Amino acid sequence: MPKVLKADGMNKCIGCFTCMLACAGVNHQNHSIAKSAIKVKTKGGLQSKFKAIVCLACDGDPACYQSCPTGALEKRKGGGVLLKKDKCIGCKKCVSSCIVGAVNFDEDKKLPIICKHCGVCTRFCPHDCLRMEEKENVL
Amino acid sequence: MFYEKYIKVLYVDLNNEKIEISHRHDLYEYLGGVGVASKLLEENIKPDLDPLDPAQPIVFAIGGATSVFPVITKTVAMFISPLTGELGESYAGGRLALTLMMAGYDAVVITGKSKRPSYLSISRNNIEIKDARAFWGINSDEVGGLIREREGGSGKRSIIRIGQAGENLVSYASVCVDTYRHFGRLGLGAVMGSKYLKAISVIGDRDMPVENFKEYFKVYQDINKKVTATEIMAKYHDAGTPINVEPLNAAGGLPTLNLKQNSFEHASDISGEAFAKNNLVRKMACTGCPVGCIHIGQFRREFDKGHEYEAISVGYDYELIFSLGTFLGIKTSDEILEIIDVVEQYGLDAMSVGVVLGWATEALEKGLVSLEDTLVPLAFGNAQGYMDAIKNIAWRKNEFYILLGQGADKASDIYGGKDFAMTFAKNEMSGYHTGYGIILGSVVGARHSHLCNGGYSLDQSMKEFDKEKLVEDIFAEEKERCMLNSLVICLFARKVYDRETILAALNSIGREITNEELTELGEKIYATKLRIKKMLGFDQSAVKLPKRLFETPSLYGELDEDTAYELIDMYVERTKSLA
Repeated sequence: MPKVLKADGMNKCIGCFTCMLACAGVNHQNHSIAKSAIKVKTKGGLQSKFKAIVCLACDGDPACYQSCPTGALEKRKGGGVLLKKDKCIGCKKCVSSCIVGAVNFDEDKKLPIICKHCGVCTRFCPHDCLRMEEKENVL
Repeated sequence: MFYEKYIKVLYVDLNNEKIEISHRHDLYEYLGGVGVASKLLEENIKPDLDPLDPAQPIVFAIGGATSVFPVITKTVAMFISPLTGELGESYAGGRLALTLMMAGYDAVVITGKSKRPSYLSISRNNIEIKDARAFWGINSDEVGGLIREREGGSGKRSIIRIGQAGENLVSYASVCVDTYRHFGRLGLGAVMGSKYLKAISVIGDRDMPVENFKEYFKVYQDINKKVTATEIMAKYHDAGTPINVEPLNAAGGLPTLNLKQNSFEHASDISGEAFAKNNLVRKMACTGCPVGCIHIGQFRREFDKGHEYEAISVGYDYELIFSLGTFLGIKTSDEILEIIDVVEQYGLDAMSVGVVLGWATEALEKGLVSLEDTLVPLAFGNAQGYMDAIKNIAWRKNEFYILLGQGADKASDIYGGKDFAMTFAKNEMSGYHTGYGIILGSVVGARHSHLCNGGYSLDQSMKEFDKEKLVEDIFAEEKERCMLNSLVICLFARKVYDRETILAALNSIGREITNEELTELGEKIYATKLRIKKMLGFDQSAVKLPKRLFETPSLYGELDEDTAYELIDMYVERTKSLA
């Protein structure tokens, strides 16, 4: 069964950013957390709690999928989308279409950063904030 | 930058508002961190001028493997200390190291003085000296919030700032890094204040491709496993450093009531367990560290009658429980947190200010100073008195508090009471009365801190007291830490980063280096620091130790003054091999 990322343990987050370093490293072979598909931020200053902005793996026709003029985003089993880089023209419509702000843009490569729900971040989280959940194939 | 094989230095001249960027290939052999910073300090200091003269430099440097491996999280700051008048060196975690790397700088050298209060904004495409006139006089926490609003870059940003103590040039003013971490010791806050530099904001988001992903990620995973799946780091996350309170108390090595005692009858009420049970609400981490040793404690304050309360959260650690707790006779965890909060807001070194107040309390007891000087009744156990006194130090309230703001050594020069002014070479003591190791280590350590060479740890692990071995071990550890601090690893992880691990990590990011070269590097860095200290007129042999060290038994038992001085002389001889 396909799996999707769930960030529902963020109350436990210590703000180490290891998830972002792992995502950027494994998926983009880059040391920069700016390349990570998962974004950990404070809700406003370090005295506030941490939140994770992640792809929610929308079912049906996700907004990002609908916004893409070139068909570079393909629907993924279990929800969300996968990026076909060769079809992408870097128009950023997917970035503005996502109402939870989960699509980042890589200004160096001129490509959106799309979470593929691979689970690398969950494996490196030291505090059980992130997990993978099995989901029916709703494609 | 480790892939580029040079050290990228950002020079900021506040006098002329000029920026210069230099690619220093010649500094590459120093790895980064304290290796690079001590060279840059040596190049830029003005030994004949006052530590707070605008011409003096502040140097920040990140390490040769910063942030790309777990627990390599720190930035070093070097400067001339207004507290000791000689080598200033301090470390902080938080997000600063990662953001500096991602902004593209290995080191920043700041000289001169702004014409008006200002803050420095650094990002990958821009460097600006911005107006901070309206921020002057605002406390450390609030100014962090104001700059956060102005700068953007949430999640990829670090903000370091000073409080009023730094503005008012208190000799041990600290710099707060990202709310919960600090360049605590030796007065970097005053040096920033002397430059009219209220804060520095760094945003880092550049592109940095991994060069040899397969090799790098293998090493990364091995280290990550060692950090998260073994017991090596567990205690730092669990109850944290305050777990040391009870064992040190039981063994008679916990400095209490200005070291009149070596244990505290209320220790169990302010132990790591007690804080965890009564106050702990959260744990946090520096960027790139999966351990999460930052312990946040909460206390409740009644700010008005009629059940009007607020909840306040502050970070706590062993050293603060010692300096603002046992050393001042404070009996409850709530009161310690409340004092820490005041120290945070005004921006002082929590260790120095506690030890200074310990001296002041005893000076008042003994009649060396009067209530006319202290304005508030300083007495062991009186938390409110200490909170008022801390504000008076930050605001330089009167002649007495101006002197207190220059450290216990300076204050005792004027008022007397040198025998119980608990300093080592003008830096206030740390929370360990463990034996000869901590005394020798603090005196001869380059920055007179317990972390220069871990003398307190040698005291506790040494089976039998052996003068030669102690001198040799401290010498070896001081050099080893110079090497570790060029990376700059968090010293809590020093057992994770053995030589084999360091070599594997550096090699995987394209840095070919041998074990022998690491040893040589440590020696070279230490030699540089000793040269700087000599330039600034420091003489180890001239250090006078407070008598109290030999009156109150240590964890090791009673200590003999002549033996302590003999050890210092032996060490001075030993370091001659370096020069």
